[in-house]
Amino acid sequence: MDEGLKSELQKQGIFVTSLEELYNWGRKNSLWPLSFGLACCAIEMIAASMSRWDLARFGAEVFRPSPRQADLMIVAGTVTKKMAPQVVRLYNQMGEPKYVIAMGACAISGGPFKQGYNVLKGIDRYIPVDVHIPGCPPRPEALLHAFITLQQKIAAQELTGPGRARHLDAGAPGEYPVPQFGEHDLLPPKNPDVWQPPVPAHT
Amino acid sequence: MTENPYLFIVVLMVAVVGFAVGPLALAWLWAKKFSPAKPGREKGAVYECGLESKGDAWIQFKSEYYLYAIIFLIFDVETVFLLPFAVAFSGLGVGAFIAMMVFLLLLVEGLAWAWMKGVLTWK
Repeated sequence: MDEGLKSELQKQGIFVTSLEELYNWGRKNSLWPLSFGLACCAIEMIAASMSRWDLARFGAEVFRPSPRQADLMIVAGTVTKKMAPQVVRLYNQMGEPKYVIAMGACAISGGPFKQGYNVLKGIDRYIPVDVHIPGCPPRPEALLHAFITLQQKIAAQELTGPGRARHLDAGAPGEYPVPQFGEHDLLPPKNPDVWQPPVPAHT
Repeated sequence: MTENPYLFIVVLMVAVVGFAVGPLALAWLWAKKFSPAKPGREKGAVYECGLESKGDAWIQFKSEYYLYAIIFLIFDVETVFLLPFAVAFSGLGVGAFIAMMVFLLLLVEGLAWAWMKGVLTWK
């Protein structure tokens, strides 16, 4: 529908919408996060959900203790290699549609522990991350910004066609392989279907 | 024409059932049309805390635990009824007092039985 006509109708008190917009509007304003924290970023996540930053303004105050009821996984903190299989399994157990925010330097890349033997160098090696937030730890405002970014991303998703949202695509996987504890490292060390880092320019 | 006085109950019932079934039916239709089901081994797992469950879920509890439940009940019921009895004590007649004593005797009998049986000794 033409945006100008829509705006004119709205001035007369007539609201017009499409099924896609209505669906996305509902989805983006009821993102229920899974309540789990891995390290200090979780403290900032808790602060963001409390009265001062008030995550409830974005419809996301209902932290669910069960992955079956959650829409959004906030990976808040250092993902150790011991913990990574559990995180991936929790992601697998979430119902569709599901989204992931990787919060903080550790969750997106390993952060200050990147050179350590026991820390995963970013959870995006195993599960598809929608929004990355840098910072050590990021302030609650940064988490709110990530929320708004995710909401904008959801609002732009299509209902049908080749560019449709992941959970509407029957071909897209609903579960991702859970890494196993190998002799020296997690096996496999990454999921190549999910993790495609840019190739350095110099070849 | 006089209206059947039960008509509004029927209307209410239809509305209530529609209110409950409508969203479920819509969700079902939506899933059929747009959103494909994505079941999986882990999504369907019983335990949902990130860890895989170990061992058998069909473990047995000892049936002797019923004794603890019974003893708990004795003291629980006793407290629930004794408190209002104590509050209203000065205004009660002889009949109510005797009735309460009979009730207490029944409970004390249960306690005595459990004591005789040796349930109160920690093993």
